Amino acid sequence: MTTLTEAPEASAARETPARRRRPVDRLPYLLLLPCLVIIAVLLLWPLGQVVTMSFFKLDNVRQLRGDREWPWVGLANYTEILGDPFFHTVLRNTVLFALANVLLTMVLGTLVGLLLNRLSARMATFVGTCVMLAWATPALTGAIVWKWIFDDTSGLVTWLFNALPDGLSTALFGRADWTGYGWFNSPLLFFAILTLVVVWHSFPFIAVSVLAGLKSVPSELHEAARVDGAGPWKVFWKVTFPLLRPVFGILIVLSTIWDFKVFTQQFALAGGTQDRTTYMLSIYSYASAFSPPPKYGLGAAIAVILTLILLVVTGFYVRMVLRQEES
Amino acid sequence: MKRAAVVKRVALNGAGLLVALFAAFPVYWMISTSLKPNREIFSTTPRPVPANPTLEHYREILTGDLIPGVTFVDFFLNSVLVAAATVLLSGLVALLAATAVARFRFRLRTSFLIMLLVVQMIPLEALVIPLFLMIQRLGLYNTLPSLILTYLGFSLPFAVWMLRGFVAAVPKELEEAAAIDGASRAQTFRRILFPLVAPGLVATSIFSFITAWNELIFALTFINDQDRYTLPVAMTFFFGRDDTAWGSVMAASTLLTVPVIIFFVLVQRRMVSGLVAGAVKG
Repeated sequence: MTTLTEAPEASAARETPARRRRPVDRLPYLLLLPCLVIIAVLLLWPLGQVVTMSFFKLDNVRQLRGDREWPWVGLANYTEILGDPFFHTVLRNTVLFALANVLLTMVLGTLVGLLLNRLSARMATFVGTCVMLAWATPALTGAIVWKWIFDDTSGLVTWLFNALPDGLSTALFGRADWTGYGWFNSPLLFFAILTLVVVWHSFPFIAVSVLAGLKSVPSELHEAARVDGAGPWKVFWKVTFPLLRPVFGILIVLSTIWDFKVFTQQFALAGGTQDRTTYMLSIYSYASAFSPPPKYGLGAAIAVILTLILLVVTGFYVRMVLRQEES
Repeated sequence: MKRAAVVKRVALNGAGLLVALFAAFPVYWMISTSLKPNREIFSTTPRPVPANPTLEHYREILTGDLIPGVTFVDFFLNSVLVAAATVLLSGLVALLAATAVARFRFRLRTSFLIMLLVVQMIPLEALVIPLFLMIQRLGLYNTLPSLILTYLGFSLPFAVWMLRGFVAAVPKELEEAAAIDGASRAQTFRRILFPLVAPGLVATSIFSFITAWNELIFALTFINDQDRYTLPVAMTFFFGRDDTAWGSVMAASTLLTVPVIIFFVLVQRRMVSGLVAGAVKG
């Protein structure tokens, strides 16, 4: 901070004829320095380190502390993972989960955004506030509450299913008594509930962003299309969507990135990392590294694979944002 | 024609109420459960509203030992300490960097902005292992500073990204006028820019706060001693058991959630503009 006083005054210097020969102003670099150091040490260095670690056999904390040597194993961690059928299951689950969640979040979020735009001011404020609650709730407590709602004895969902007429319930699901039913026991049902929890938590952001986009579009365009006899479906695809294409692009990319690395909700619903049938990439990497016996190198290799997938998606994101900053 | 309009209004409002119910119900249910006595919680016919509201679960977690010798208040204080330190450090560093980016044209400026965007997309979950290594090497394992350091790195890129908008929004003429009046750069910064950016700094700080307050994975990995747990770690600890005491869990969840909701509502508008940067033209 002391350098601030020593540096010449930028605005005054601009007036003088000696402008061309003015030495490079070092102040912006000094202001950036702490930020750059922190990002380099806490984000970029670990990013490089995770790649390095993936080439070593690391299964002891002492190796991490530097008390023991690191045996180089080349691509052995990668060949072990890629040759493991379980990894392929996890990868498939992760991709399917991300796709389903992005799709559902986008559809629900967009519909709610369109709805908020059509409601009266008072109603829109009320619904908007409620939607905000879902968004603001921390991922962890949100998942815990949903777990309580799906509790196998006193949970609300168990009660709802018990309240169905026995005949109907038996005809539809083959059972009338739902008390003690393990909602989280089959992987498919687990992922369905996880989808519910994640979509509940992430659709508000989409809805609010779409609403903000709609507000910036002149409403005359919609009215003109409607006067011309276009139905709501057509108005959306012919008018709204093309105008908001950049917004949708960014929202889809952000959702994809977020849904690919869901961790907290998964961890809370599964009650830890014991149940391997519910693994997705991020939790698989974590469990490989930290569940005894620890395999830090193997976990790092899985993390690298996850990062590579997300890097491709990030490429799209950066290109989109830059294009919009230019225009 | 008129009837069609009425039907449409009713349908829209009905859909709105359904959305509101879906979004807000879990939060309501959390608070409602936390206020019910155990015999209402563990009944097989749940009541929508507590019939005999009680604060017993709050009393339980605030006074009783969750883990021998450690109360909820300890976890709460750990979380507050970590979040507060993160907010202060991140706010200071981000303000300096945002000023550089918004007030100066220099080489590498665009590169820096692109890097900010890219690092925000790094899957933090993938950094647990290397950061665990770093924390071990630095001798910070099982200390709260290990978390402050980690969250500082996580919250900084978004904080700079968001603050640069606030700094850019302050008219440059004000600073130039101050400079002409003979103010030094430091004085201009302190007397002109800082007060005008302060509201933006508050908004940015809230995001850093929420990041630090909610984080689970790193806290779970870097902290070993139970008296150093942050709130989220403590939650997983006493809720993972078979005979979950849902009343206490919901009371603790409420205490963890409510500060975040209050802060969040204050700054949510900035979140959209920060993340969808430039995509929506006003």
